[in-house]
Amino acid sequence: MPTSLAPVSIDELKAIAKRIRAHIVEMVYEAQSGHPGGSLSAVELGVALYWNHLRVDPANPDDPDRDRFILSKGHATPFYYAVLAERGYFSTELLKGFRKLGSPLQGHPSMKALPGVEMSGGSLGQGLSFAIGHALAGRLEGREFRCWVMLGDGELNEGQVWEAAMAVPHFGLGERVIALVDRNGIQNDGFADQIMRTNPPAMFAGFGWKVIECDGHDMAAVDAALAEAERPDERPRVVVAHTVKGKGVSFMENNPGFHGKAPTREQVELALTEIAEGLA
Amino acid sequence: MTQAASAAATREAYPYALIELVEQGVDVVAIDADLSVSTMGYQFGEKYPERWYTVGVAEQNMVGIAAGLAACGKTAFIASFAVFLPGRCFDQLRTSVAQPRGGLNVKCVASHGGITVGEDGMSAQAIEDLALATSLVPFDVVVPADFESAKQAIVAVGKTTRPAYVRTGRPKVPAVYGPDYRFELGKATVLRTGTDVTLVACGVMVRAALEAAELLAGEGVSARVLDMATVKPVDRESVIAAARETGAVVTAEEHQTTGGLGTAVARVLAETVPVPMSFVGVDRYGTSGKWDELLTYFDLTPARVAAAAREAISRKR
Ligand SMILES: Cc1ncc(C[n+]2csc(CCOP(=O)(O)OP(=O)(O)O)c2C)c(N)n1
Repeated sequence: MPTSLAPVSIDELKAIAKRIRAHIVEMVYEAQSGHPGGSLSAVELGVALYWNHLRVDPANPDDPDRDRFILSKGHATPFYYAVLAERGYFSTELLKGFRKLGSPLQGHPSMKALPGVEMSGGSLGQGLSFAIGHALAGRLEGREFRCWVMLGDGELNEGQVWEAAMAVPHFGLGERVIALVDRNGIQNDGFADQIMRTNPPAMFAGFGWKVIECDGHDMAAVDAALAEAERPDERPRVVVAHTVKGKGVSFMENNPGFHGKAPTREQVELALTEIAEGLA
Repeated sequence: MTQAASAAATREAYPYALIELVEQGVDVVAIDADLSVSTMGYQFGEKYPERWYTVGVAEQNMVGIAAGLAACGKTAFIASFAVFLPGRCFDQLRTSVAQPRGGLNVKCVASHGGITVGEDGMSAQAIEDLALATSLVPFDVVVPADFESAKQAIVAVGKTTRPAYVRTGRPKVPAVYGPDYRFELGKATVLRTGTDVTLVACGVMVRAALEAAELLAGEGVSARVLDMATVKPVDRESVIAAARETGAVVTAEEHQTTGGLGTAVARVLAETVPVPMSFVGVDRYGTSGKWDELLTYFDLTPARVAAAAREAISRKR
């Protein structure tokens, strides 16, 4: 059975997070399209997970006993591909082809195109259900892997999320399915409170989940929240990470305009400087 | 394809058409599902905030709400991407919109149709939406070729009481029509006369068909070009006349060759004047790329349409 890399120090995780942020900004700039905002907000969650908790072996991406990370908010591919590359699933050189003709790095994930990509995505609201399928199969086959599903808070508008949220406790899959919500408060059209107000902690609690909240950019807090989510409980666990869309780049932070927009040349230079200086 | 100075995206016509309908006295209410900055619905919302709602990322809920509004007499417009509308809410469209009272007055305007959505890749590229929309019994289905045509088509469906599906596109495309153009629901536009073959196209493929006709003319082949913007109900008369007068028909669409324009035209001809046909479309799932690169990648080119024409002509008896 594959194991996680733990323990990786918080300082080391922070250094990795900086590299991921730089990749995100460069990829979206190079492609002149893509989704930087919801990629930058997810970085600490993704890094703490992939380096300290996820039981995987990038050299053996199809191991039936691997933990699954399922990116339900499929537009966050800059984040996802950068994490997979830095974690060793494929060369960081491939990141340059993001969104270009002939590259396997499509705008939204295509699961047969790249090692480590667990689910084809792009249509929001489907990841938790997909994870339930993996988890049921895992139980039938006597395997112990977990499925970690990352959702956006705008994505929680989709009814299917709640169909799945009620099925996880019903099927008793709390030790197999763990949800992660990137609570950045912004969706495509603007601030979530104006587009469609939700209350993720209360909603998941209402469906019988244990809710673990954390500052999604405090690496130690994120790491601790993921550890808590791994601890057995009668209830399935959801980590609601309070995050800032565009985190780490001043002009993208909390700016709905950078949900799905590429920076200019001058902006990308400023962004890379800010990331290097560790605004995040 | 080069972009003319007058290039505009067909999706940009949406708010203009809605505003025109309101000004003409149509009781329009419009809903978006967290894509209004892309469908351009937000521009209607800025002008008439009391007539515009956003429901978040919840296409199924959007359809249900629109059905309720329509049942109370409103002309309810809903907008999203063509992969999600009708894809994500097909059952709601069927049960809550298409079936009640022979069809409630709900108009779907789905942007980012076809593969020219570009870099977002396979999951965002709608090549099934026309098959789904045409299968909803009372629906009119329209795929306009340029901004002007899109604006007039949306106004035209807005004036009926039937449900409708209008597919618009993401990229800026050159104008096909001038200011004297008049869109008529259910009627094809003859863009070029010809006697050897007819090229029937909709959406971005209208320009490709015009360029293909040019290529064919260079070889002495006279091709008629029809803009069949209304895929349903398809203009039977124009199709039958084309078959009678040119003896071969090619359809070209930014969609699968099943369930869209080609299927509609073939059905008419199978029942009336069977002639050799060829079908140009997209029968596989794609990848990311710039929209014009993808037209080449998927072989939605004038050269392919011309080749299909030669092939259909070769089967004439
Ligand atoms: C079913 C569906 N409807 C609409 C979209 C278009 N879309 C892409 S991202 C997005 C907003 C998502 O917001 P959120 O989940 O909060 O993502 P984040 O802010 O983390 O990027 C929308 C509406 C989609 N991808 N899928």
